[in-house]
Amino acid sequence: MTTTEQHIDQILIPILEQVSDPEIPVLSIMDMGVVRSAVIVNDIVKVEITPTYSGCPAMDVIGDDIKKALKDEGYESEIDLILHPAWTTDWITPRGRKALEDYGIAAPLDAEADKDVLLNEKRLVKCTNCGSQNTRLVSQFGSTACKAQFQCDDCQEPFDYFKCLK
Amino acid sequence: MKENLYNYILGIADNSLILGQRMGELCGHGPSLETDIACTNISLDLFGQVRSYFQYAAKIAGDQRTEDDIAMLRKEREYKNVLLVEQPNTNFAYSIGRQFLFDVYHLAFLAELQKSPDLSLSAIANKCIKEVSYHERFSSDWVKRLGDGTEESNKKMQEAINDLWTYTDELFHQTEADIVMVIEGIGVDVTKLKDDYYKRVNNLLKEANLQVPESKWFQKGGKEGIHTEHLGFLLSDLQYMQRTYPNMEW
Repeated sequence: MTTTEQHIDQILIPILEQVSDPEIPVLSIMDMGVVRSAVIVNDIVKVEITPTYSGCPAMDVIGDDIKKALKDEGYESEIDLILHPAWTTDWITPRGRKALEDYGIAAPLDAEADKDVLLNEKRLVKCTNCGSQNTRLVSQFGSTACKAQFQCDDCQEPFDYFKCLK
Repeated sequence: MKENLYNYILGIADNSLILGQRMGELCGHGPSLETDIACTNISLDLFGQVRSYFQYAAKIAGDQRTEDDIAMLRKEREYKNVLLVEQPNTNFAYSIGRQFLFDVYHLAFLAELQKSPDLSLSAIANKCIKEVSYHERFSSDWVKRLGDGTEESNKKMQEAINDLWTYTDELFHQTEADIVMVIEGIGVDVTKLKDDYYKRVNNLLKEANLQVPESKWFQKGGKEGIHTEHLGFLLSDLQYMQRTYPNMEW
């Protein structure tokens, strides 16, 4: 689908990669897939970002951080929040998924498996500490809108799971 | 200004605003840490959705009005939410019952709104429905746990459903703005959602070992701005900062 393509000027990528989600500092906004376009028009960088969740309080901060990062490199910018097409966890890059796992947040499963684990019907989420799949749902909602709480029944580690959003 | 579209958007958004405020009241008061977090997460989702709707409404209004003005600076009679969502957090079963009875409707409503030729509305609906499907899963799950739990939890869940039932029919009433928007092909014809709604709700209640209320007498008025006494108290909380420090910004 053409509407899900990102249009980002090559020269801006390294700058945008330095900006991270304030609630998940290991994950750059590029790897999270929230930057939908970034182009230089008449010396002004026009950036379009899309929220992960509607109420995500990080979006305002992300917008400010992008402005600051661009300003540090000498660019003025305008940030637009767009809702369409809606963000999906499919846009998290493989590098982003790895960063999440290393940070202790289990990366989202596919939609079908996600439903099974969130109803506690199957044990499929891998523990970020020991790798066991013997994990169970503690709560469908976690420390931020995008996560659920899980616990490993082997090593007992409690951890976050990034919910599938499709 | 497109008066009908503006009112139509407020009719949708006010439900999320008032329900979001109710769920937010549970912050620090949930029966367990996990449910406390869940309720406030739902509240946050709803407030986020409200922002999208009100930003769009402010654009349509085309004057000095901002999303905050629309949210905070209206009088009680100008809020268009259904009576269901303003009902208080009497106990946890009530909060869950209210959420469940709204979520089932909300999900079906958004599924239709996604198809609206109004691109702003369809984009918002497309975003919201993903979040609301989590809400619906959470609230249905708890209705089952309480209904099919202990004698005490079953009793409380049944009482909540019995009391809240009278507010369900209003979900399928149409305001003047609704009717115009349906005719223009932009709005959702809520009357068509009714049969499926009761089918889904009734099935889940049975599964939860609960009785489907038989009462055929329903309360209405919220969509026209005629509210229960509870809304005034809710608004005095919601609007406190703006009343005390007019025009303050975060």
